[in-house]
Amino acid sequence: MAIYGTALLSICLLLGLIVGKLLGVLIGVDANVGGVGIAMLLLILICDHLRQTGRLKAPSERGIAFWSSIYIPIVVAMAASQNVLAAIKGGPVAIVAGVSVVVICFALVPLISRLEPPSMDPFDSSKIPSKDKL
Amino acid sequence: MELLESFESVLVKYSLVTAFAVIGFTVWMSYVLSDRLTHGRFHGSAIAILIGLLLAYIGGITTGGSKGIADIKVLSGIGLMGGAMLRDLAIVATAFGVRMDEFRKTGLSGVVSLTAGVLVSFFVGACVAYAFGYRDPVSMTTIGGGAATYIVGPVTGSALGATSKVMALSVAAGLIKSILVMITTPFVAKYIGLDNPRSALIFGGLMGTTSGVAGGLAATDPKLVPYGAMTATFYTGLGCLLGPSVVFIVIRAIV
Repeated sequence: MAIYGTALLSICLLLGLIVGKLLGVLIGVDANVGGVGIAMLLLILICDHLRQTGRLKAPSERGIAFWSSIYIPIVVAMAASQNVLAAIKGGPVAIVAGVSVVVICFALVPLISRLEPPSMDPFDSSKIPSKDKL
Repeated sequence: MELLESFESVLVKYSLVTAFAVIGFTVWMSYVLSDRLTHGRFHGSAIAILIGLLLAYIGGITTGGSKGIADIKVLSGIGLMGGAMLRDLAIVATAFGVRMDEFRKTGLSGVVSLTAGVLVSFFVGACVAYAFGYRDPVSMTTIGGGAATYIVGPVTGSALGATSKVMALSVAAGLIKSILVMITTPFVAKYIGLDNPRSALIFGGLMGTTSGVAGGLAATDPKLVPYGAMTATFYTGLGCLLGPSVVFIVIRAIV
């Protein structure tokens, strides 16, 4: 039943948020530290396990897939309930700070992408023949 | 008159259902616009998010509230639909179907991008604050926190005892960042190689604003959302941790 999937999703989110909250308390921070991320890992691990043991039926999957498919409309609703007016009213300091940090972080994306050895790159297999020279 | 009142009372009572209808219509209209006006070059979801932000602005002007269009009574359900509860549920759901090893492979770049993202944001924000005459370490750190996210700013500010004006500025800086990321990501995506899970994960760690990353990636390629959201969710916590401690001490030592 679809509700099994939705319930599994909800349990993962709640557990993740609780762990995130506890992590926050532990390091003395008034914020949820990675709760959503932990929930995502939980969902991936549990679904992997259930699939391998053949216990994740198609109707249950639909109970998760629905929420994932309604994600963009939810983001649109989120955008529509932002305090856009305050952001614009913040004045030049806020605007300059916001714009410059976005520009600089955009520029850092390709830099950090290049940092790690591209060993997981599918193209990397082309470099294997170089072993012959050794 | 009575007709109008009963109409309104239904919409208010069933506010979440009203929100589904209004947002559904907005998304549909956006995809039609994307198809007809730009032949699909400008993604429908990007247009929908832009319309959403525009609605939020209109809501702010007409009501003077802080929740955008959701401050209009009939449309209050949009606040629930786009609030943290359903947003987080949907974000976690996008992880469904993601392979575990894709995360494992990118672990290190995730950590590097997170740390770099938080520190660079504080640094840039503090420099801008200094340039505009906010030269005490408390204000610089708080505005720097705002340049991280609009949560890190006020959390840092209240821990350090910043003035409310500086706190408001830091929130505004964070909001500008989040909105800019939502709008501009689809345009810059191809120039920064944002087309695979690994760069999406790095992008999430660098930008950190969950709403910005989620909106920006959704408008670029919905398949990338779980990867970016994954790292972004750790960002605010890390920022709140480093801001009032390490970053403040460093800034105070320099200024």
